[in-house]
Amino acid sequence: MTLKTRKSLFTSAIASLMFAAYVQAAEPKNGGDIIVTYQNDVATLDPAIGYDWQNWSMIKSLFDGLMDYDPGTTELRLDLAESYKLSEDGKTYTFKLRPGVKFHNGREMKAADVKYSLERTSNPNTKSPGAGFFSPIVGYDAVSQGETTELEGVKVVDDYTVSIELTAPNATFLHVMGLNFASIVPKEEVEKYGEDFGKNPVGTGAYELTDWTLGQKLVFEKNPEYFRSGVPYIDTITFEVGQEPLVALQRLERDEVDIAGDGIPPAKYLQFKNDPRFQDLMVTGDQLHTGYLTLNVTMPPLDNLKVRKAINMAINKDRIVRIINGRATPANQPLPPAMPGYDSDYEGYKFDPEGAKALLAEAGFADGFETELFVMNTDPQPRIAQAMQQDLANIGITANIKSLAQANVIAAGGVQDQAPMVWSGGMAWIADFPDPSNFWGPILGCDGAVPGGWNWAWYCNEELDAKGAKADAMAAADQQEARSELWGEVFTQAMADAPWVPIFNEQRVTVHSKRMGGEDALYVDPVHVPVNYDYIWVK
Amino acid sequence: MTIYILRRLAYAILILLGVSFITYLLLYLIPADPARQLAGRSATPETIANIRAQLGLDLPFYQQYFQYLMNLLQGDLGRSYIQRTEVSALIGSRLSASSQLLVWGIGFELLIGISLGVLAALKRNTALDRGLMAFSFVGVSSPHFIASMLFLYLFAVHLEWFPLGGYGTTHHILLPAITLGILGSGWYSRMVRSSMIEALQQDFIRTAHSKGLTRVRVIFRHVLPNAIIPVIPMVGIDIGIFIGGLVVVESVFGWPGLGQLAWQAIQRVDIPVIVGVTMVSAVVIVLANLIADLLVPLVDPRINLEKS
Amino acid sequence: MSALQLIKKLCRHKSVAFSLFVIVSVVFASLFASWIAPYDPNKQFFEGLTMEGAPLPPNSTFLLGTDLLGRDLLSRLIYGAQTSLIIGIVANGIAILIGTLVGVTAGFLRGWVGNVLMRMTDLMMAFPALLLAIALAAILEPSLWIVALVIAMVNWVQVARVIYSETIAISSREFIAVERTLGASTRRILFSHLLPHLLPTIMVWATLGISTTVLLEATLSFLGVGVQPPTPSWGNIIFESQTYFTSAVWLVLFPGTLIVLLSLSFNLVGDALRDELDPSLKGRD
Repeated sequence: MTLKTRKSLFTSAIASLMFAAYVQAAEPKNGGDIIVTYQNDVATLDPAIGYDWQNWSMIKSLFDGLMDYDPGTTELRLDLAESYKLSEDGKTYTFKLRPGVKFHNGREMKAADVKYSLERTSNPNTKSPGAGFFSPIVGYDAVSQGETTELEGVKVVDDYTVSIELTAPNATFLHVMGLNFASIVPKEEVEKYGEDFGKNPVGTGAYELTDWTLGQKLVFEKNPEYFRSGVPYIDTITFEVGQEPLVALQRLERDEVDIAGDGIPPAKYLQFKNDPRFQDLMVTGDQLHTGYLTLNVTMPPLDNLKVRKAINMAINKDRIVRIINGRATPANQPLPPAMPGYDSDYEGYKFDPEGAKALLAEAGFADGFETELFVMNTDPQPRIAQAMQQDLANIGITANIKSLAQANVIAAGGVQDQAPMVWSGGMAWIADFPDPSNFWGPILGCDGAVPGGWNWAWYCNEELDAKGAKADAMAAADQQEARSELWGEVFTQAMADAPWVPIFNEQRVTVHSKRMGGEDALYVDPVHVPVNYDYIWVK
Repeated sequence: MTIYILRRLAYAILILLGVSFITYLLLYLIPADPARQLAGRSATPETIANIRAQLGLDLPFYQQYFQYLMNLLQGDLGRSYIQRTEVSALIGSRLSASSQLLVWGIGFELLIGISLGVLAALKRNTALDRGLMAFSFVGVSSPHFIASMLFLYLFAVHLEWFPLGGYGTTHHILLPAITLGILGSGWYSRMVRSSMIEALQQDFIRTAHSKGLTRVRVIFRHVLPNAIIPVIPMVGIDIGIFIGGLVVVESVFGWPGLGQLAWQAIQRVDIPVIVGVTMVSAVVIVLANLIADLLVPLVDPRINLEKS
Repeated sequence: MSALQLIKKLCRHKSVAFSLFVIVSVVFASLFASWIAPYDPNKQFFEGLTMEGAPLPPNSTFLLGTDLLGRDLLSRLIYGAQTSLIIGIVANGIAILIGTLVGVTAGFLRGWVGNVLMRMTDLMMAFPALLLAIALAAILEPSLWIVALVIAMVNWVQVARVIYSETIAISSREFIAVERTLGASTRRILFSHLLPHLLPTIMVWATLGISTTVLLEATLSFLGVGVQPPTPSWGNIIFESQTYFTSAVWLVLFPGTLIVLLSLSFNLVGDALRDELDPSLKGRD
C-alpha cells in the first residue's frame, strides 16, 4: 500500500482509526532539523507548573514520568518504570525503574528522584496547578497543608524500586503518573535554578533544551543517551516564537517552516481545505475536548429541571459547528467520543425549539425570562455565544452576554450566585488524561461545586458522586470494561438532570511541510498535545 | 540649571510613584483571583488559600503595595504569576522589539510630519496645501487598527511588497513603522506648517531675503530651524498617545513587543506583568517629556528655564 | 452670532460642509435606524453564511454582505451609528464636565488647590492612556456606560489643561480685575464673565473630543473589551471579523471607512469652529 492511499484511508476513517493502535510508519529516517512556530513565547518548561496546550508536549519531550502513552494514542504504556505491581488490596503500586536512565546532566535517575519529584509537585511552595492530582496518595493532605514536605505513602524500597500507597484503590492512578506533573526531575538542578528551573529544564527526555532566547526562540537537541533506542529521529527542533499564525502559514507554503504550531486560523482554513496542494499536509484529529454551556442549577429559574431541558433542546448545535467552519462535531453528552465510557447509543436532547417552548410554558415561563451568559472575550467565543443567544431568544429567553477576560469569567463561574450560564470555550481546554473520571470531579462533581471551583453548573449529585467513586475504586485490570460502563452511566444519568448543554467536540487541525514524515496521528496526538515531537521525522 | 534639573527629576519620580499606586490599586480591585487561576482545575480550596498566602494576596492593600514598592526600589519588579519568570526578564526580552518600533515609528512620524508641513507652508493656500492638510486630518482621524489592517491587506496580501507581519529584519519593521508614522504625522505637519508661516513673516527673514540670500538657503538656514523648535516638546506630549498606538499595531502585525506582553497579561490578570509594563511605559513618557523640556532651551535661547 | 449664522459661516468651506453633512447623516441614521435598516441587525440568517460557514460578499439580498454570523452588515452598520454617537456624546460630555470643572477651579483658585489639581493632570499624562483604558475596560465588566466612563477618565485631562490656561488668561484681563475691585461676587465673576468667555473653547474641544472618543471606542471594541455583543458597534464588527480580513476585506473596509469619516468630520468641524470662535487664533492661519 502506498503512503498516499494509506493516508486517504486514514483520513476517511479518522475517528475510528485515530485511537486504534499506533502503526509504525513505513521507514522513519534519522536526522534533520526542523522549525516549529508559535505566536506566544513558551510560558515555562517546568513540568510541575506548565499547564497549557503549547508547552504540554514540549515538557513531555524533555522529561519522562513512570508512565506514558503509546504515540498517537490514548493507550498507557510504561516509561521510566520497567514494570509495576499492584497489591492485593489495590492500594499499593510498586514500580521497578529502568536501570541506567540518565538525566541530561549525566547523573543516573534513581528511586529517590521519583520520591523527590512527587513531593516537589505536592509541596504548596511549588505552587503547582497539578498538585491536586496527587491527593489519592497517603500523606498528601499533610504535605499540602504545609505540615511536612514528605509524602508518607511514597517509599524508596531500593535504588530501582519505589512503592506508592494510596488511601483507596484508584483506577486513574497510572494516568496520574503519566501526567507532566509526575515527571521525574533531578533535585540538584531544581535547587540550583530555583524558580528559574522552568527556563533551565533538566530531565531524562528524548530532547534537551540547549538555547532559549526569551521572546525569540527555543532550541531542542536530540538526547543521544535517551533510553528508548531509535528515537527521537530529528536532530534539532527550533521553536520560533512571536510568529503571527498567518505569517507562519505563509512561510510554511514557502517551506521555511515545518509545523505551524498554532494551527490554521479560520479564514485560512477554508482556503487550505479547498486547495489540493494542502490536502496531504493538513491533519485533522479528535481531541479529548467538549465545549459546553453550564446551567447553574442553584440559580432560579435554572434550578428548574424543565427549564434546563428546554435550553438543551433550544440550542442549534449544527449551526454553531457551521459558524466555526465545521471544525467540530456536535456533542450530546459530556464525554467526547474518544473517551472510554462514551455512550454512542445515548441520544441526548434533540434540537426542538417548539418542544422547548412547550416545556418552558409547562415550567411556568411561557413568556420566557431574562438571564446572563458569560463568555471569554476572544474570537470566536463571543460569536458562539451570540449564536446561542439567538437560539435562546427563539424560545423567549433573553440571555445578556457578558464577554470578559478569561480570568474574570473563571472568577464569576466560581461564585455560586453570579453566573447563570457560562460558555466553556477557551477555558476548559481538554482532558488532563484520557479517563472519564477527569471529566467528572472538577467540573461536574460535588468537589468542584465550591467557591472558586470549576463546577460552574454548581451541580452536586451525591448519588452519582458515589457511583463515580465506586468506579474509580475498580483498579484491577479485569474490571476496566465494567468500570467504563459504570462511568458512562454516571454521565448519562447526569444529563437527565441537564446541568450542561454539551455543544460540540472540537477537532484540532494542523498543517506541516511536505518534508515531514510520520503518521498523521502524531501531529494531532491526543495526549502529547499538540505534536508528539519524539516520533515525527524528516523525509 | 542643575537645581532645575534636580527639581524636575524629583517631580518625575513623584509622578512615577503616583502611576504605580494607581495601577496597583486598580488591579487590587479586580474581581478575578490570580491564585485561583494559578491553582488550576484540580486544586482544593486549601491549595488556593496556600498559594494566595504565598503571593501575599491575603495581605491588606497597603501592605501589598508597600512590599511592591520596596522591591521596586531594589529593581525587583516581581515574578510573573503565569510564567514564574522575573518580570524584568520578560520586559527585557521584549524591550528591544518595542523600542525598535518606537524609534522607527517616531522617525517616520517626524520625517513625514515635518516634510509635509514645510511643503504645505511653502505652497501656502494652493491646492497642494489643502490636499496635504486634508491628508494630515485623515491620518489623525484613523484608528491604528484600521490603518494597520488595510495597509496589511493592500501592501502585504495584495501587492506583496511587505511581509504579512512578523519580526526580525528591516523589511519587517517598515510597514508597521510607516503605519505609525503616517497616523501620527498629522499633528506635526499642521504645527510645522503654521510655525513655518509665522517664521517666514519675521523681520530677520525678510532682511535675509533683502540681503540677496537665495530662497532655499534662507529656508534651510533660518526658517526651518525656528519652525522645528515647537516640535521638540510635542514629541514629549505625543509619546503617551504613540505608545497606545504601539499596543494596537503590535497586536495586528504580530510584533513581539511590550504591547503584546501587556495584552496577554491583561487577559490572564498577571498583575506583576501589567504593573511592570505600565511602569516602563510611564518611565518612557516621563523621561521623554523631561528630555524635551531640557532640550528646548538648548536649541532656543529665547526661552529661559528659571522663568518657567 | 446666532447658530444659523455660525453654520452658514462654517459651510463656506466645502470640506466643513461635507463634514456637517456626514455628521447629520450619522445622527439621522442612528435616530431612525429601525426605519432605515433593511433587517434586524441581530438576526442571524441561515442563508447569510455559505455551507462552510464563510460570510457572504455584497449581493442583492445583503447589500454590503454578511458578517461571520450571517447577519446583514448594512443593518449592523446603521445601528452601530447609535453606539458610536451615544458613547461619543456621553463620554465626551463627562470628559468636558470634569475637565472644565478641574480647569476652572484650578485656574480660578490657583494656590495649592490649583497646584494639586494640575499635578493630577500631569500624573494622568504619564499614563499610557490606551493601556490604562484597556486594563480598566477589561477589569470592570464592560457595558456601553462603562466604556463611556473609561473613555471619559482618559480624555478629561487635555480639556482640563486647556481650560486651565484659558481661565488664567481671562482672569488676568482687565475687566475681571475691575469687576473684582467693584466688589462683584465670585459667583458673578464665574458665571457672568468667565464661563461665557470659556464657552467657545469648550465648544471647540467638545467637537474635537468626539473625534477622539469615536476612535477610542472603536479601538476598545476592536480589542474585545468594548460594547457587549450583540450590540453592534463599528469597532466590534471589525473585532469579530478580523480573522477573516484577508479573505473578506469588506467586513473591515466598510466599518473602517465609517469610523474614519465620522472622526474626520468632527475634527474638521472642530477645527473650523476654532477658527471662527477662538479669538486668540483670529488672524492666524
